[in-house]
Amino acid sequence: MSNYPDDRRYTRSHEWIRVDGDVGTIGISDHAQKELGEIVFVDLPDIGEIFDAGQEFGTIESVKAVSEIFLPVAGEILETNKVLADEPGAVNEDPHGDGWLVKVKLSSDAEVDALLNATDYEKFVEEEAKA
Amino acid sequence: MSGPTSDSAPVLRHTPLWERHRALGGKMVPFGGWDMPVEYSGLSEEHRAVRERAGLFDVSHMGEIRVKGPKAFEVVQRLTCNDVAALDDGKVQYSAFLTPQGTFVDDLLTYRLAADDYLLVVNASNTPKDVAWAKAAECPGASVEDESPIWAQIAVQGPRAETILQTLTETPLGRITYYRSEPGKVLGIPALLSRTGYTGEDGFEVYLHPDRAGDVWDAILKAGQPHGILPAGLGARDTLRLEACLALYGNDIDDAHTPWEANLGWIVKMKKGDFQGREALAKQKEAGVPRKLVGFEVTGRGIARHGYAVQVGGAAGAAGVVTSGTQTPTVGKPIGLAYVPTEKTAPGTVLAIDVRGRGVPAVVVPTPFYRRRT
Repeated sequence: MSNYPDDRRYTRSHEWIRVDGDVGTIGISDHAQKELGEIVFVDLPDIGEIFDAGQEFGTIESVKAVSEIFLPVAGEILETNKVLADEPGAVNEDPHGDGWLVKVKLSSDAEVDALLNATDYEKFVEEEAKA
Repeated sequence: MSGPTSDSAPVLRHTPLWERHRALGGKMVPFGGWDMPVEYSGLSEEHRAVRERAGLFDVSHMGEIRVKGPKAFEVVQRLTCNDVAALDDGKVQYSAFLTPQGTFVDDLLTYRLAADDYLLVVNASNTPKDVAWAKAAECPGASVEDESPIWAQIAVQGPRAETILQTLTETPLGRITYYRSEPGKVLGIPALLSRTGYTGEDGFEVYLHPDRAGDVWDAILKAGQPHGILPAGLGARDTLRLEACLALYGNDIDDAHTPWEANLGWIVKMKKGDFQGREALAKQKEAGVPRKLVGFEVTGRGIARHGYAVQVGGAAGAAGVVTSGTQTPTVGKPIGLAYVPTEKTAPGTVLAIDVRGRGVPAVVVPTPFYRRRT
């Protein structure tokens, strides 16, 4: 059973965002990393790049496949997780912690409120598995 | 996050070991019309188990075509590009069915079971096509039958494979040398024991009746437990075979490429007499082979994958294409195979691979990427 922290919001495309002031930290969910399998490469954007909500901002590659990752909210990239350049497996090991991907300066709080909470995300994952 | 969708078939076939894969926690994926395990405990762990100890694969989805009768030799000799006359009883040969254009219908293993009895082992997804291809060569004196439904196939691969399998059979496995086979018994069950595989390691492929495959699978896993055997899925099979530069139909070889291009000229025996595709191969050799499959290492940041475009000699240079590519556990860096113009195949040649719009540098390297210590 996956464990989804309730201090953050989740997307239906399996990213999470944790907000602190006007800065959001973004990663992929434990469910997503399990589905991907062993992650061998993470391609992240440059600092200062600006994305819309739902826009692709990078890719994560496992041995077998490439997956796009989408920004849960609109914002400007403030920081990327440099550890992932040498240790992409950190996303597998600690997807909700040390395996975070980027930090963004939020354009709007309202977008965050529209995302799934941990309980609803867990239900969504279960429903998706049955489909 | 979103990934590529896998090929979905309306009805996926199950091998006789399907329930065991589920019970072992296998992550199942559609492959060539079959529901197969891509991994159990993790791709890298399974890959390393095969390189260092042993791994167990279900390869029952492969196709088997039996050619029998006094004219069987002539039929197989005409159907395949390697020289069947080089085989004696029990010898196994890597070979191919070729189109009249000299390109691949499929690659296969030819087993000479007896002078008038051959077993051709073909790729799962190509089996219906291959059966039709071989059936077209049927003649009085040589019957061609699809025996896929009566053969299960289990591959035990890795340096401990012989030790593990030996505990379950009275056949002295040491006398079965590389690319030879012998009928015997495993757990008292009749089986064809073959020292072959698709991982770059020593190992055996065990052919037997599907009804008894589960018993043999369980027994190998149990006997292998003290040796650290792991069940291994298609994911590890792919990274293992790529490191060893073993061609995969649909990726590295297909009906658009010839054996000359695929660096598989060694399975073509032009002197053996006529065979399907021979004329086209002779013409291509005379005219010059335009492109060849090479190994490369990515030197920049990124992973090159099947289908990505390759530029050689700058943006204006001639183009090629990646046929297989990923980061593999033993090599530990992104590697791959690509078709490039023949004059650009020397090790050290710099390539640029289009990784989703970015030109990522790579360099041609000698192959295979991995060779086992003997």
